[in-house]
Amino acid sequence: MAIAPTEIETPPEARSEDYLWTLNFGPQHPATHTTLRLVLKLEGERVVDAVPEMGYLHSGFEKIGEHLTFNQYVTVTDRMNYISPMANNVAWHHSVETLLGIDLTPRCTYIRTIVAELARISDHLLSNGAVGLDTGAFTYFLYAFYQREVIYDIFETLCGARFTNSYTRVGGVSQDFTPLVIEKTRAFLKTFPKTLNDMERLLNRNRIFVDRTKGVGLLTKEEAINRGATGPVARASGVTRDLRRDEPYLAYSDFDFQVSCASAGDCYARYLVRMQEMRESLKIVEQAVENLPSGPVDVGIDERMALPTKKQVYSTIEGTISHFELSMSNRGFEVPCEEAYAAIEAPNGELGFYLVGDGGDQAYRARCRPPSVLNFAMFPHLIRGHTLSDVVAVLGSLNIIAAELDR
Amino acid sequence: MTDSTETKEPEAVENPHVVALIELCGAVESSTFRGQQRVIVPAEKSLDALSLLKSRGFDLLIDVSCVDYLEYRGAKHRYGLVYLLASTAGHQRLTIRVFVDDPEPTVASVVPLWEAANWLEREVWDLFGIRFTGHPDLRRLVMPEEFTAHPLRKDYPLQGRGERHNFPVITRDHS
Repeated sequence: MAIAPTEIETPPEARSEDYLWTLNFGPQHPATHTTLRLVLKLEGERVVDAVPEMGYLHSGFEKIGEHLTFNQYVTVTDRMNYISPMANNVAWHHSVETLLGIDLTPRCTYIRTIVAELARISDHLLSNGAVGLDTGAFTYFLYAFYQREVIYDIFETLCGARFTNSYTRVGGVSQDFTPLVIEKTRAFLKTFPKTLNDMERLLNRNRIFVDRTKGVGLLTKEEAINRGATGPVARASGVTRDLRRDEPYLAYSDFDFQVSCASAGDCYARYLVRMQEMRESLKIVEQAVENLPSGPVDVGIDERMALPTKKQVYSTIEGTISHFELSMSNRGFEVPCEEAYAAIEAPNGELGFYLVGDGGDQAYRARCRPPSVLNFAMFPHLIRGHTLSDVVAVLGSLNIIAAELDR
Repeated sequence: MTDSTETKEPEAVENPHVVALIELCGAVESSTFRGQQRVIVPAEKSLDALSLLKSRGFDLLIDVSCVDYLEYRGAKHRYGLVYLLASTAGHQRLTIRVFVDDPEPTVASVVPLWEAANWLEREVWDLFGIRFTGHPDLRRLVMPEEFTAHPLRKDYPLQGRGERHNFPVITRDHS
């Protein structure tokens, strides 16, 4: 600890603060998983205070959002929460379509629901896997990661990209579901519950894991609401808010599923909520795949809101005109001089975009409401009084993604 | 919140929360777009208004952000703060707008009401340079501390002004 000049003149008896030890945790540390920094004040092994610092990955995503068109910016949203980019794509274009007032086709809403739920599963797999990894359960992490690969394979078959999907478009998606995608999704639905059972058997009653997570990082219901928690973090504290049920968007009102909640509010409860949510997501994906409506996936050419397919561009005059006009900088979409906010229940919590349109093709302001910021802000509150080894358990259970944190 | 299109005509006030706000602040401007209700509250009454709404059931602060209307057609004010509120019990939403202007854009902090506002207001201060009076710890959030500009303002260029080149270079020997 650096000694400030004023401190030298303090009386000779040592103050209790003098025994504190300052530890710099991050920004490059294997257990932070991403680039974030914590300055911890320790008394022995107990954390007296923590000062989180962020901004190491700040790349001005919101500023870029004011300079890219609605379709271009989806590539940037991939890089926000990069462990579930599909959910970000869906969130971004959900907001854009709210601003532009576009009604999607039934097939498109189903497809987006499926990919968003698959993204939730892959996000929770990594999040829970990382908690397992940080508390010593390496096998568990590998089980989780193997299944993530299967989801990557589905996405690769669907849109050609495994990681940065950029799948959605204004008024539609870039590729329609093919029979092969449906086959792979069905295979995943069949095999995944088995792995999920294995994972639960590995960790749910594992003495080491339970001891390290139960009672650690307690968040009461009142504090969760006061600190703006959403998603699994809030639901593990007894806040029963889930946008999929409370403000049904896309096709969620068609499906039968439960909102997973717990009341304990500790790391173990957050882990359990995520495990349960994966099962519920499977239920949603299964219902959506089996009832996938037929028909077009993009909104029609006449509405001039979605880019036409290549076949339409080359073989019909409407397609050619529509493509030409949508690609021209002074034509494009009809954007109202208005402002709208729309959010989805992303794996981490409420992910929304506040968009301001000024008539142009680009957003005048593209504010992202990132769940990670609010989750990270409550970290000092959660860790105070716990030991240094609990830092990684709490950090993992909040599932902080620095790219989304800093944007 | 600028030129008039048919979507933003002031409508007959039905929402009881808006009625309560009118009682508190006098006439407030309220509009609805795509089913989202927005109320403009005067800056000096913002804390009172948000406190009233919190007591009326809007217990969750979703977001605090800001829009710089420098180049916006027909805008009357420079900065427009956006408070997105939601209720965990009734699943309602309400957007509160507060407009402030140069040279000293200042608004009361809502950290006393919601702890969630702490980092959100720090981010607005960092990127827009709006001061929040009563904020316990108003430091920059994402930009480095020695940064002098507020980069999300519209008069700040996309490519930057070369601040990065002036940062001190710390080597391994002199750290």
